[in-house]
Amino acid sequence: MTEYTIILLSVIALFIPLLGFIITLFSGKKFPKVYWFEVGVTGLGLLISIIICFAKLAFYNNQNIISGFQWFSIGAADSPSRYFIELGIKIDNVAALMLLVVYIISFVVHLFSVEYMHGDKRYNRYFAYLGIFTFSMLGIVVTHNFLMMYIFWELVGLSSYLLIGFWFEKKSASDAAKKAFLVNRIGDIGMFIGILILFFTYKTFTFDSIFSQISQGHLPFDSTAWLTAAGILVFMGAVGKSAQFPLHVWLPDAMEGPTPVSALIHAATMVAAGVYLLVRIFVMLTADAMLTIAIVGAFTSFISATIALTQNDIKKVLAYSTVSQLGYMVMSVGVGAYAFAFFHLVTHAFFKANLFLGSGSVIHAMHHEQDIRNMGGLRKKMPLTYLTFLISSLAISGIPLTSGFLSKDGILAGTLAFGKLTGHWLIPVFGFTVALMTAFYMFRLVILTFHGEPRDREKYEHAHESKFVMAAPLVILAVLSVFIWYTPNPFSPDAGWFLSSWVKTPHTVVPAESQFNFMIYNAAGESALHGEIVHSELYTETIHWAHYPAMLLSLILAGLGILIAYVMYQWKKIDVDKLTEKLKPLYNLSLNKWYLDELYHATAVAGVIGLSKVLAWFDNIIVDGIVNGAGYLTKLTSKLSGLFDIYVVDGLVNFSAFFSGFIGLSFKRIQTGKVQTYVVFVVFSVIILLLIFKSF
Amino acid sequence: MSLYDIIFYLFAAITILSGFIVVTSKNIVYSAFSLLFTFFGVAGIYVLLGADFIAIVQILVYVGGILILLLFGVMLTNKITNVDIRTGTIHVLPGAVAVGVLMGLLLSAMVWTEWKTQPSETPVTTTVTLGRLLITDYILIFELLGILLLIALIGAASIARREQE
Amino acid sequence: MIHVGLTHFLVVSAILFSLGIYAIVTRKNAIMVLMGVELILNSANINFVAFSKFGNLGLGGQLIALFIIILAAAEAAVALAIVLNIYKTFTNVNIDEIDNLKE
Repeated sequence: MTEYTIILLSVIALFIPLLGFIITLFSGKKFPKVYWFEVGVTGLGLLISIIICFAKLAFYNNQNIISGFQWFSIGAADSPSRYFIELGIKIDNVAALMLLVVYIISFVVHLFSVEYMHGDKRYNRYFAYLGIFTFSMLGIVVTHNFLMMYIFWELVGLSSYLLIGFWFEKKSASDAAKKAFLVNRIGDIGMFIGILILFFTYKTFTFDSIFSQISQGHLPFDSTAWLTAAGILVFMGAVGKSAQFPLHVWLPDAMEGPTPVSALIHAATMVAAGVYLLVRIFVMLTADAMLTIAIVGAFTSFISATIALTQNDIKKVLAYSTVSQLGYMVMSVGVGAYAFAFFHLVTHAFFKANLFLGSGSVIHAMHHEQDIRNMGGLRKKMPLTYLTFLISSLAISGIPLTSGFLSKDGILAGTLAFGKLTGHWLIPVFGFTVALMTAFYMFRLVILTFHGEPRDREKYEHAHESKFVMAAPLVILAVLSVFIWYTPNPFSPDAGWFLSSWVKTPHTVVPAESQFNFMIYNAAGESALHGEIVHSELYTETIHWAHYPAMLLSLILAGLGILIAYVMYQWKKIDVDKLTEKLKPLYNLSLNKWYLDELYHATAVAGVIGLSKVLAWFDNIIVDGIVNGAGYLTKLTSKLSGLFDIYVVDGLVNFSAFFSGFIGLSFKRIQTGKVQTYVVFVVFSVIILLLIFKSF
Repeated sequence: MSLYDIIFYLFAAITILSGFIVVTSKNIVYSAFSLLFTFFGVAGIYVLLGADFIAIVQILVYVGGILILLLFGVMLTNKITNVDIRTGTIHVLPGAVAVGVLMGLLLSAMVWTEWKTQPSETPVTTTVTLGRLLITDYILIFELLGILLLIALIGAASIARREQE
Repeated sequence: MIHVGLTHFLVVSAILFSLGIYAIVTRKNAIMVLMGVELILNSANINFVAFSKFGNLGLGGQLIALFIIILAAAEAAVALAIVLNIYKTFTNVNIDEIDNLKE
């Protein structure tokens, strides 16, 4: 398998979902079964992505496969301000793995949707939207430049908008779609400005040439502050798309979309795009930018974990848990644990998609009941859903033998090492608190949904296990949440192939003085070029030091969280209502999502409305006044010119018309209507002309 | 007087005499047939001018195509039973005067102008050279003419077939 | 008697041209008018070919003559179609009677 073949295959893998989208969208009315085509296309894409991933990791492990071409150029041919715009594909290990993950999730979600969405009146259109989403997400994954990434970034935003608002008859759904779109725009503005700063400095959008120019010491406006600014601005895009504080408010509302969509977009792939972006630009992040990212991530994960504690909608709990886990990943990038950020992205994609699909299965069985207070006891009715849900809950809580344990443990060790090296101890503290809360709210969810006695008998009686096409995705994803796919040793990911040979932290290109000294790889480690040692010894040592305490601590905290959940909800040793009563202010704060929506309504939304009112007043009074005055003036001049027209111009026109009529009448007799007579005239005229101009 | 000259005068006489019959004959079928001789005469003049390919095309297209078309036109626009196919004339006198003066002027122009002629070596076979020119220097005109011919044929068919309301 | 040269050909062409004009001007029948047009086109062609030979200008003139023949074919086809249409409308082809243009 040559590099060319891989590039070709990835182009095919990128474009076949688009084909599926077009065909499904335009023939959906005529062929009601066309959705199987879309499912088949995604299955084909999955096969191709398996081939790409295998070929890349097996034959080109230490080599990035890049292929691009010049799309067009701006500026005169020889001028120094000439910009080249390139399109292209970059398949490194991260992209190959991400491609596979996106296709796996997309395929199982397609399969799940076949049953879940059955009977919907826009059934085929739903699948078409899934196709365009898959296409745009893959575009982000395989591109090798910022411009294409930005284009596909917006396409992803669009398809997310379409899918959240899929049931647009519901006002809440269309509102949620609009909110998601607008909130994402705020982040994207920042990202766009960041990209433009880079573009105007380096005259290219391509990742690799930007990074190599930075490593040669060429900085935007010759200052590292601008590099930091560019990094943070691009990160703003990730803040929007990955639902980081303060722009996380759209994601819980986005749960108005169909549940498989939540699994695909708002748990596994699109929201991970922000993290993927950070992974792509990791090498150009300065110390200040990384610290900002780490703080934002830690705070996000903390705030949304506290909110998830008290939510009663099964999907809301999972949504806030997603925000919290995304915060983990972002924090992980911020503290320099690059590999673990991506590792967690992958493992989280599988178990969180599984949780969402499991909740979808429950919701489907309960006839669109989403409130966990009306569930309970479903374990007996839906054993398969329960089992897979439990495995994923264990994974997200970080219990050994699951994939989540490996990645979460790595992130926590990274934060601990970061705390020790830089003194920012608050970040690991947030990280560990979140681990405790995660275990608690996940098991609260499991217990309230599946254990105990059914609280709504009628709905319980109608509940049933899902059919094969819905159960199969759950099983696939649950199997992928087990450690064995990532490492042979269930307690240490370092021994696994995922981290030791596939995903390695690249060394930074940022000037040494503006980077954490532990991020700079020391010259002694010459082998870094071959991708073996990347960090300084100091960092490696600290990570080793942090590994076991972090593991023990996270295990204890996860166990503690599960225990508290059992004590409170399974054995009912503590009366939940009394506890709620005692902690009323805190409870309300959490239940009402820290009043952030209200805050935004009071500030941003009200501010915009107020500004609009001021502008409206300005429009009404001043602009309209000017316009009306101009109108009056125009009317006056029109009247004058009208008088002029009637007497002077019309007089001339009438006279000329009369004159023409007179001439016409007198010459009418020549017009016989006989063509040959005209020819005779022509011949005579030619003769006359010849006589006048003759020169012989 | 060389053989070339004799042949030239022969062809010129054929051309002009038959052309005269074309324009003066009362019977339109006679006119059409004598037009045939005019075309042959012109083809002969082309050969004398070294344009053998053009001469062949002249015979093929004019005699084989246009003349047949004209005859069809004659047949289709006159009652077949009407054996005596005669056509009238109009303003013969002013026409004759005008044409006479015009011819005089043209002839005087042709005869008294000092033409700067240059003897030229006519290629033995013009067909090859013409073919090369057609697909090199004149390719655009060649293509355009092809399209024009197609359009003209379609247009002619569509005009002629149009049903009367 | 002078040797046959350019002038001789031009004279033949001029006579042919005048005959064509005469046909156009005096004949009533539309098809006769068409024949006149063909005569004119032929006379122009003779000029082109003659200048091409005596002006030592290569074969450009002959090519133009070729193109004119093609154009003449197209023109004849369209013109005859029009004549047929006229015949359908007026049941004759005497163009002196067709003077609707006057109104």
